[in-house]
Amino acid sequence: MLKRMTRLVSRARQLDPGRFLHGEPQAPQSLAAHLDNQVPDERPRATSCTSEDDPVRTFNEACLMVRKPALELLRYLKNTNFAHPAVRYVLYGETGTGKTLSLCHVIHFCAKQDWLILHIPDAHLWVKNCRGLLPSAHNKLRFDQPVEASSWLKDFQTANERFLSQIKVQEKYVWNKRESTEKGRPLGEVVEQGLTRVKNATDAVGIVLKELKRQSGSGAFRLLVAVDGVNALWGRTTLRREDKSLVAPEELALVHGLRKMVRNDWHGGAIVLTLSQTGSLFKPRKAYLPQELLGKEGFDALDPFIPILVSNYSPEEFESCVQYYLENSWLQHEKAQTEEGKKELLFLSNANPGQLERLCAYL
Amino acid sequence: MAAPCVSCGAAASYRLFLGGRVSLARRRGVWKAAAAELQTGAGFQILRLRHTTGVTTKKNVAALRRETYTVDFIKKQIEEFNIGKRHLANMMGEDPETFTQEDIDRAVAYLFPSGLFEKQARPIMKHPEQIFPKQRAIQWGEDGRPFHFLFYTGKQSYYSLMHEAYGKLLEAEKHQNQLQAKGLFSEKTKTKDLIGSRWLIKEELEEMLVEKLSDQDYAQFIRLLERLLTLYGGAEEEFVQRFRRSVTIQSKKQLIEPVQYDEQGMAFSTSEGKRKSAKAEAVVYEHGSGKIKVNGIDYLLYFPVTQDREQLMFPFCFLDRLGEHDVTCTVSGGGRSSQAGAIRLAVARALCSFVTKEEVEWMRQAGLLTADPRVRERKKPGQEGARRKFTWKKR
Repeated sequence: MLKRMTRLVSRARQLDPGRFLHGEPQAPQSLAAHLDNQVPDERPRATSCTSEDDPVRTFNEACLMVRKPALELLRYLKNTNFAHPAVRYVLYGETGTGKTLSLCHVIHFCAKQDWLILHIPDAHLWVKNCRGLLPSAHNKLRFDQPVEASSWLKDFQTANERFLSQIKVQEKYVWNKRESTEKGRPLGEVVEQGLTRVKNATDAVGIVLKELKRQSGSGAFRLLVAVDGVNALWGRTTLRREDKSLVAPEELALVHGLRKMVRNDWHGGAIVLTLSQTGSLFKPRKAYLPQELLGKEGFDALDPFIPILVSNYSPEEFESCVQYYLENSWLQHEKAQTEEGKKELLFLSNANPGQLERLCAYL
Repeated sequence: MAAPCVSCGAAASYRLFLGGRVSLARRRGVWKAAAAELQTGAGFQILRLRHTTGVTTKKNVAALRRETYTVDFIKKQIEEFNIGKRHLANMMGEDPETFTQEDIDRAVAYLFPSGLFEKQARPIMKHPEQIFPKQRAIQWGEDGRPFHFLFYTGKQSYYSLMHEAYGKLLEAEKHQNQLQAKGLFSEKTKTKDLIGSRWLIKEELEEMLVEKLSDQDYAQFIRLLERLLTLYGGAEEEFVQRFRRSVTIQSKKQLIEPVQYDEQGMAFSTSEGKRKSAKAEAVVYEHGSGKIKVNGIDYLLYFPVTQDREQLMFPFCFLDRLGEHDVTCTVSGGGRSSQAGAIRLAVARALCSFVTKEEVEWMRQAGLLTADPRVRERKKPGQEGARRKFTWKKR
């Protein structure tokens, strides 16, 4: 689901804010996010079509439901004081309540407001199932992850193309004997280098993070750091070295860089984080509180933060979700339109958005 | 005979022939044999005493296909049984005069405790009538001439019963015609007699007549009796009632829990449920918002599988009371599916107290109030599992 969200969100980046493209079923461009409490909109379908695993193709549109946690966060963001250090907001809640989508909502808002978005769709993907761990050239003790770093760089490029030419690098970086990036070159060149030379991708990511952190205070742009599944950064990994010994998270260069990014020692932006049990390693299924998922180390690193609880649907939200399905003729059972049918759905899903979506999903 | 006549089932089976009579001996205690009534009826000669001389001629020997118990033998057994009963009462310190069959059963279970699972394999002491199968005495006299006029039909008791019933039918018709001619005929419904009772089943009838019947014979007989019932005739009622057995009404057996009230005055009801090896206890509150907590955990987290939640939903959905009750339950043992089934049963039983009698009956018919009797079947030696045999190898 998170991969789909990446594509959804990266497509949102292609939109110039304030512009809508109509009539193209290929590119879903009618993102309508009303920042208004009275108009609860719909949510993106993570249900898949037969042909492609794209939620947007099913309904030819991408819609989000506006819910209280996201609105609260947007209010805080609107009133941020950019002279102060970046505030950390942590979205937490039980599985399937809508933390990731609230994050997407916030990202969309910030994109419309022309912030620079630094979005890691799932930090858990960086600590498990990685092939090709290379020892880092920059620091012998750490490990590079070329595949993950390059795919992230590609998404970052599509998301923030505008800024990549504006921001200039403030230091000279030497890649190898023949290649180097001079001071004053646009950041896009660093990204290009990381994409072409996959071996340097992790270092490129590290450089991007460092530069953005340094320059966000200057006021040229506002930076939003959005990480989904931030509890992966302080958990355990399933990656092993050649001698079969476990790799700790801080020995991964990507994780190390991200941890530095998430510290609130810079200003000129905001940090929005999400906890996630679904992809986490070695955490019990029923854990959802920050203390449980982050552990002592993570909690101390993130402290102080503003916790925002995301809970199950309220009765009105549930009703609106079911109405959306019915309007799009997604629920084909004749009983779904009746009151008893809705009550059954409510009982079976207990107003949990994830469960409801799975109940109504295509077989 | 001083020793009490205790016959173990195993010993009896040794004496009893294996040609199917064994089953009759078992069921004798279950079905109430109407043999005694029929013996006094006219025209039936099931156990008629025949004094045979010392020389047994060929004609007097009954068919040697099965073992026969002579009347003397049965009588002796009955005497032994009675004496043994008195001895047993003496042993238990009870009054021999008022020693009933239940007391005998209790005494035998106390004196001979058995750990066998099969109830019919345990020691029993019952009246010989119930143990020895009913047998027909020799049906013909010394001269070889049969007693009954219908002997050569092969099923003399059945055909004489049919003959009698048909005779009664003709009489009733004649009576009815007379009344109609006189104009005194009035319709009378007899349906009230039929409720709560059922016809004898074929096996019961066979036992009553001590004869084998075919399905068609039985059906014909029942049709005749029903035709008799439709006619006007009060005298035939006792005749027909002999062939009806009462049926207990299932719905009256359902136990309804009383409603209790807790400190805040909220009405609630508790009950238990079991499935396989899971036991659950549910507390259902009358007014609520549809929240369910299992062992303190929300039911969505406790049962991540949709199937289990559907099981929990079933009682409420059936009664159209979704979202009207709160449930708190504890469950232990079993697996996830049996825990869900146990909670479902407990919730359904608890809901009985808040619901009308008709709805309780509907729930019973839907199977919500019946405990699922299926348990894990044991593994047998020589097989890999309960049913699965080892792979068959030709050589």
